[in-house]
Amino acid sequence: MNRTTSNILDRPLGRSGGRSSEGSVVSLSAFAYIYSELVQYHQSRAASISELERRLESAGYGVGLKVLEMVAYRAKETKRETRLMSILHFVSSSVWKSLFGKSADSLERSIDHADEFMIVDYEPITSTFVSVPSDLGQLSADAYLSGIIAGVLDGAGFTARVTAHSVKVEEGEVSGAAGGGGVFTVPGMPPRKDKAVFLVKFSPEVLSRDAALER
Amino acid sequence: MGFLHLFIVNKSGGLILHRPLGPSAPSIGTNEWLRIGSTFHSLHAIAAEAGPVRLPGNKNSFFSIVSKLFVIMDNACRILNVTDGADDGIEDIQGGIVLKCLQTRTGIKFVLTAEPGTPDLDVVLREIYVLYSDCALKDPFYELEMPIRCELFTNAVENLIERVNAEGVGKVR
Repeated sequence: MNRTTSNILDRPLGRSGGRSSEGSVVSLSAFAYIYSELVQYHQSRAASISELERRLESAGYGVGLKVLEMVAYRAKETKRETRLMSILHFVSSSVWKSLFGKSADSLERSIDHADEFMIVDYEPITSTFVSVPSDLGQLSADAYLSGIIAGVLDGAGFTARVTAHSVKVEEGEVSGAAGGGGVFTVPGMPPRKDKAVFLVKFSPEVLSRDAALER
Repeated sequence: MGFLHLFIVNKSGGLILHRPLGPSAPSIGTNEWLRIGSTFHSLHAIAAEAGPVRLPGNKNSFFSIVSKLFVIMDNACRILNVTDGADDGIEDIQGGIVLKCLQTRTGIKFVLTAEPGTPDLDVVLREIYVLYSDCALKDPFYELEMPIRCELFTNAVENLIERVNAEGVGKVR
């Protein structure tokens, strides 16, 4: 790392003064433009809405695998997570903090199905500026983030199917981090009408393994 | 305040958005809107050529030209040409109503009409430009120069007008 590379893609992001404990600071607009191009790239190659979602998820999958290694290394964990609840807490707090600077807004377990969990984020950056047209129905632009979660879980040995859903925010629900206004509220724009819910459905072997470890 | 309408014209003269901003805005049919859009686009271009002198550099110069070309207004109006460094053309029309236009470097024109006496139209226009660059340009499903169908943009504009009406323009950001 002492040799200064001339290739701009190899240099560290941002000014060296911009380093915070979580990493250097990047403009939200820059990310939004790159992500917008990524979505358009996949949209021109996908034949259907579900194929577009799958493409975005696989784009995020690789990121998830690498993020798992990096965050686990930086957290100096000596033992890897083997229990379901601990890996979910790891994803919703450490991984989220490293990627977005804040932990996920909530982690819930589904009442109807024992193998389903939900990670809720009130302001996902992938859909801050996106308005999905009505002919694309239920597409969620956060499919990239569900790919990241799936990558982290798969890399840790917990196979899961993760899908992203936009759910309308209820009237009295507290949105944004405690203290009014989350990290990603854009000044000048009205508060978001929907939150992203990532539904994590673990495969049966994972659940039976976890139950066996319980004993 | 008395905001009337917002309309946005793309660089080829087509109308990409028209929106009433208040209860006092007269309702104008879609065909009328398309005609208004293209007429404004052509007059904007003509006005840029009609300014007698262009000063070098970015110096502002004001010339008043009495013109009866603008047929939509019943009153005689003064069209002010301001050389602003970017592009010349219509920036402000005063008369029975006030019309303000902001032209971006890419040729998109944001036009705001309001009742006379409405303060801070420039600031509101700039804010709308910022909202356009946020909600429309960063949206992967919006095609450039096409009619704007982004829900986020229309909600943000409505929200902005509400806030300006309620609190005045100081609190906009």
